[in-house]
Amino acid sequence: MRHAPYWDLKGERMSITDKRGVPQSNVLLEGQGELIGWYDPDDARDWVIQNKSSQRKNNIVSIEEAVKKYIHDGDYIASGGFGHVRVSMAIVYEIIRQKKRNLVMAGKTAVHDLDLLVGAGCVNKVEAAYSFGHEMRGLSPASRRKVESGECVVAAETSNAGYQWRFLAGMMGLSFIPARTLLGTDTLNHSSCKVIEDPFTGKPVALIPAAYPDCAFIHVHRCDMYGNSQIDANSVEDFELARCARHLIITTEEIVDEELIRREPWRTIIPFMVVDAVVQVPYGSHPCEMPGLYYYDENHIAEWLDLSRTEEGTQQYLHKYVFGVRSFDEYMELVGGVRQMSYLKRREFLQEPMTAPWRK
Amino acid sequence: MKEAPHMTENKPNYNIREYLAYLGAVALEDRKAVFVGTGLPIIAAMLAQKTHAPHLLIMFEAGGIGPNLPELPISVGESRTFHKGLIATSMHDIMSLSQAGYINYGFLGAAQMDRYGNINTTVIGDHDHPKTRLPGSGGAADVGSFSRKLIIIAAKQSKQTFVNKVDFLTTAGYLTGFGAREKAGLPRNTGPHRVITQIGVYGFREATKELEIVSLHPGETLEAAQANSSFPIHIPEVLETSPTPPPEYLRILREEVDPMGIVIGK
Repeated sequence: MRHAPYWDLKGERMSITDKRGVPQSNVLLEGQGELIGWYDPDDARDWVIQNKSSQRKNNIVSIEEAVKKYIHDGDYIASGGFGHVRVSMAIVYEIIRQKKRNLVMAGKTAVHDLDLLVGAGCVNKVEAAYSFGHEMRGLSPASRRKVESGECVVAAETSNAGYQWRFLAGMMGLSFIPARTLLGTDTLNHSSCKVIEDPFTGKPVALIPAAYPDCAFIHVHRCDMYGNSQIDANSVEDFELARCARHLIITTEEIVDEELIRREPWRTIIPFMVVDAVVQVPYGSHPCEMPGLYYYDENHIAEWLDLSRTEEGTQQYLHKYVFGVRSFDEYMELVGGVRQMSYLKRREFLQEPMTAPWRK
Repeated sequence: MKEAPHMTENKPNYNIREYLAYLGAVALEDRKAVFVGTGLPIIAAMLAQKTHAPHLLIMFEAGGIGPNLPELPISVGESRTFHKGLIATSMHDIMSLSQAGYINYGFLGAAQMDRYGNINTTVIGDHDHPKTRLPGSGGAADVGSFSRKLIIIAAKQSKQTFVNKVDFLTTAGYLTGFGAREKAGLPRNTGPHRVITQIGVYGFREATKELEIVSLHPGETLEAAQANSSFPIHIPEVLETSPTPPPEYLRILREEVDPMGIVIGK
């Protein structure tokens, strides 16, 4: 790492080439974080041309098949939604059940999903924008323990805008996107970004590299058998993530007829040609929220936060809710079934009072 | 700590977190746009919306713009953040609007801060061998880059949190002082505006961009402000006393904004 800030170097430039041997004539600073999931845009295009198709086909598979086929040990994965909102928990549980290992995860406001996957030993490398916390509910005991002990590595830092613009650059088929965030920070020093002199303004500008996750999984309100998907809420960064990911698994509250999609095409957020698998999983975001359908299951989240304070407790939770059930349906019965889901629906519509059982 | 004379007769009828929420709320003007983070910033923005700033435009990084917050959102991405809102959009949209200049106020919490308002929310100790791993930037580095006026709530001012050098510079304040933000490439006319702690409200000296106290809370002293900081606190010619919350603000805060006491405590 350099000593003087890059803006005080007066014309001095970085070394001739970067870590990968690419000429760096106008680079003011190179972040020291690992460049995860980046490809030359020509290679990224070739991959799309060889692997994606505009031929519509029935993409419906079981959750076991989807995870088996599209998520492999060592892959770079990204989960849709935001924090505890609209998360494909069904896929998270299945990844744990299939004992995937050495996964690298996008810590893009990754909260409950990342905490479980790190706690279960599936993910051991993270690029962190917001990770190891549960927003107002406090910090994540399980994943923090793994990071502080060195079992899980933070390979790079970035910000929320920084992460989603990685996806934007990827979906645009560019190698980077310029931005005016992160400049001057250690977050940038530990990121995979570079700083150059903007040739239009002459001012320093951050270059955020594209990201192409090996597999993304996104939970939606409805889609058809091909994967054309609608989200009745804020899309967060799923528009971009869906389009830059090499493989995309859609889990959905319901599968609808193609006609319904064609009636209101302006509601489609994700088109079929970027989708590889469709899995119908009603309540598939539990214990996270699904906007307009069901609210967080605070008791369940509190149980995880409490148990995950110890390694034994973490294993106890996983044995009860993941390894101890054969399917997501069985899990739903275990967490309270129809009765609990109708309560969470009333909570979503503000018909039941707030609870905060995790509050200390 | 010595108490001011009027305080011994009349103990405040509010706790410190309620007071921080109140001070955060009054820092926000009506008909302005505010980008809020989780925790006390949401509480303060909600309180402002229900009192002096009914037309406050609240924006959440996950895509909610202009909600009427019906209850405290636990996440800045959930459905409450666009309840009766104007648009439920994307993070790319919110961050782009912010970068383009549409944000008046940014509102963040801080674990550790230096005299230039640089914030650490990533790690205590060495980055690769952390003593305590914190969540990281989240949207903070972005809010800190793009806000014309950044308000920071540092609820626990002490020598450990007001430090000479942050362990990790997550979010840019004024970096190394006057002019450094612009030299680093950040948008001009941006940066920290106010820092609110349990002792006082701080601003930044124009010439150096170093922290300066603006007002002391009732019953607090300059000695306490200095004793709870590792760097010298500048004192202006005129030192104000922070305002006392009107009963109506406290009632709304307790009954409507955070009735469970999740953030403000019981």
